[in-house]
This record gives sequence, C-alpha cells and structure tokens, in this order.
Amino acid sequence: MVPPAGPTPSQTVGPFFSFALLHTIGNELVPPSTPGAIRIEGTVTDGSGDAVPDAMVELWQADAEGRYPDAADARGFTGLGRSGTEDGGRFTFTTMKPGVVRSADGAPQAPHVDVAVFARGLLKHLVTRIYFPDEVEANAADPFLSSLDPADAATLVAVPDGDGFRFDIRLQGDRQTVFLAV
Amino acid sequence: MRGESAESTRRSPEDEDPPYLYPDYVATRLRAPRQPLVSVPHTLTGPAFGEGVVGELDHDLTRQHEGEPIGQRIVVSGRLLDSDGRAIRNQLVEIWQANAAGRYVHEVDQHPAPLDPNFTGAGRCLTDEDGRYRFITIKPGSYPWQNHDNAWRPAHIHFSVFGRAFTDRLVTQMYFPDDPLFDHDPIFQSVRDAAARQRMVSRFDLALTEPDWAHGFAFDIVVGGAGATPLEH
Repeated sequence: MVPPAGPTPSQTVGPFFSFALLHTIGNELVPPSTPGAIRIEGTVTDGSGDAVPDAMVELWQADAEGRYPDAADARGFTGLGRSGTEDGGRFTFTTMKPGVVRSADGAPQAPHVDVAVFARGLLKHLVTRIYFPDEVEANAADPFLSSLDPADAATLVAVPDGDGFRFDIRLQGDRQTVFLAV
Repeated sequence: MRGESAESTRRSPEDEDPPYLYPDYVATRLRAPRQPLVSVPHTLTGPAFGEGVVGELDHDLTRQHEGEPIGQRIVVSGRLLDSDGRAIRNQLVEIWQANAAGRYVHEVDQHPAPLDPNFTGAGRCLTDEDGRYRFITIKPGSYPWQNHDNAWRPAHIHFSVFGRAFTDRLVTQMYFPDDPLFDHDPIFQSVRDAAARQRMVSRFDLALTEPDWAHGFAFDIVVGGAGATPLEH
C-alpha cells in the first residue's frame, strides 16, 4: 500500500473519551508517598469563564534530575500523565518536580512541564507549559519564558497552593493562557 | 534513551489541519484560543512504553466480555508512519468508539439507543516492527448530536497516537468510505483541504478481511511534518 501523501489531520477528542483514555495512563506520575511528590492542580475554563468538564490534560515531563525516562525505567516513571476534568473542570496530578533540562543547543531551560489539552470543541489539542514560582532565577534566565511579555509569561507560571501548585488553563478571553505552536 | 534532541516542528500546511475556530462546529466558539500561538522549539521526544502497557486482548474489542458484541465484525489495521514514510515502532495506539447502535458506554451519552453489555468500545495496542497496528472490533453506528438541527456524526473510530516527538502527538478520527454524512458534518469539514480530508477515511481492503468472519479496513496514520524526526541519543 502506498503511504498517504501527507500527515493525517487532527480531529477533536470529543466528549466521550474518558472510559478509554484515562485508565491505563493516570494522574499519578509517581505514587503520592514518594519523597518530594508534589501536587499540580487547576481548572480549565472557556471564553465565558465557565468550567470545561470534558477536557483531558496530559503532562509530559522529565524526572527530578532532568532526565526523560526510557521504557526500562525501574521506577515505572513514564513522565506521562493524564487527568480528566469531570469534577467541575478541575484536573489534578501527583508528580515530581522536573529538573533542569537542556535544549538542543545545550542551554539550560528552567524546570517546566509540557502540557497538552484535549477537549470537545478543540479540533486540535493545545500545547502549553507549566513553570514553577519557586524558580525565580531560572525563570528569569529561561530564553523562552523571558522572551514573553510579562503578563503573558505570568500565565505559564504556576502559583503555590498548599503542598503543591495551582495552574489554571484559560482557553479564551481575558488572561488567556499562552498556547504554543506545534 | 529518550531526551531532548534536535529541534522539531510540525509543519502542516494551513488547510490540512483544522483551525481552532470553526464556527459551524459550535463548541469551538468558546473554546478556541483567540490569541496567536507562540512559537517555541519543541525538542521533547515521545514517551517510551514497555510491553506491560498493553494487555493480551486489548486489541480485540469483541473479546472483552462474556459474549460477543452485536454488529458487523471488522478488522482495522494500518501503519503508523512519519512524514518520510518510515515506520514508527513500539508506540501506543489507542482507539474508542460507539457501539453498533451508535451509543457510547460513557455516562454522559444519553442517545436513546441500546447499550451492548458485551461491548465497551476501547482498545489499545503497540505498533510492531513495521509500525503496524491491528484491531478487531465492530462497525460503529452513526449517532445524533446537538450541534445543529438534525445533526448526525458520520460513523467513526477515535484514534490517539504517539510518535517519536512531542510534536507528533495526534488525536484523530477514522471514517468509513463513502459516508453520506460527510457533507453535513462540520467536524469532518473543518479540514478544508479535500485531499487531507480523505486521509481520515479508511479504505475497504479485501486483503484484510477474514473469510467467513470479518470485513477489513485499512487506515495508515502519518504524524509530524518535514523534519519532525529528532535524533536519538
């Protein structure tokens, strides 16, 4: 068979994915009892400010040493997690804070988590990043984060919240989250 | 070994992927971002999955319950490829779908069509050395939705795939040949390029049919644009 002449287009995840996608890949990237485990949670809202209760948030991240795990990772850490938002648009993860990852040219990047957002009404998923509020120096030195207008950059930095962090995702409207081209 | 590697960007011409805002698909109106996307080099490679992520019968949606589901049994198979036509091996392919009556197991689906106690409608497998996946399932029914008056989705199977890079991530829908609902479906029509739309439509393939048992549909999936293949290190 001749391969197709171009990439397969994206389509929405639709409203009815949770029974398939949220079971094998869950929202605990590490067991909650892991030393140093953190919680990241937030709410996905639409252009009216209403909660989006049928989204899926995927986290992609390195471990605390800034390494991406391979399939043989002895800890079972895949660096990948998923959370639904059925609970009033709210997603929640238990994970470890990632370490410093170097970019292709070897420059250090501020610790961050890559995020993909899928939902009914999103014909393609959205991509954003979570940076951490306790990394003030690293954030200021990060080539990407520091290139943004401060108000835009602020949408990418989580806020401290108890023993974890809060990161809200605003799809549209005032203080829309900065989304990244892929 | 996974890691950061050469920069990669998905380069899909404008009309070959849907826009975020497509007003005919009403749900995009309040969910599509209105600020332009910001470019940043994405260098993250795709996740690495061990064998344990997939169970022995996860690829066979007709054998996940005590009895067999109602419906036309079908084999759906194809290859996961990069834009140069190279196989992507050992990557996770997940599917989900409505049953033969057009009803999802999901509790929010209130379409008054019967649930099938022998059908959940979720499957997963890893691609093999040729990038090939293969599922056994039943042909999903079309179902109504509330987007506009008398709106019906063309029958489809949802696919979620990973590639070599974060930028290869793809969720799409596989359609069946010659569906009369194509012209009336804003989700299908949101891909403005006609040739690109056809890349979401499976092909009836006699070579995939199983004599006296199941129809076969071929559906190859191509992820990433030119240069989207990072080097491993």
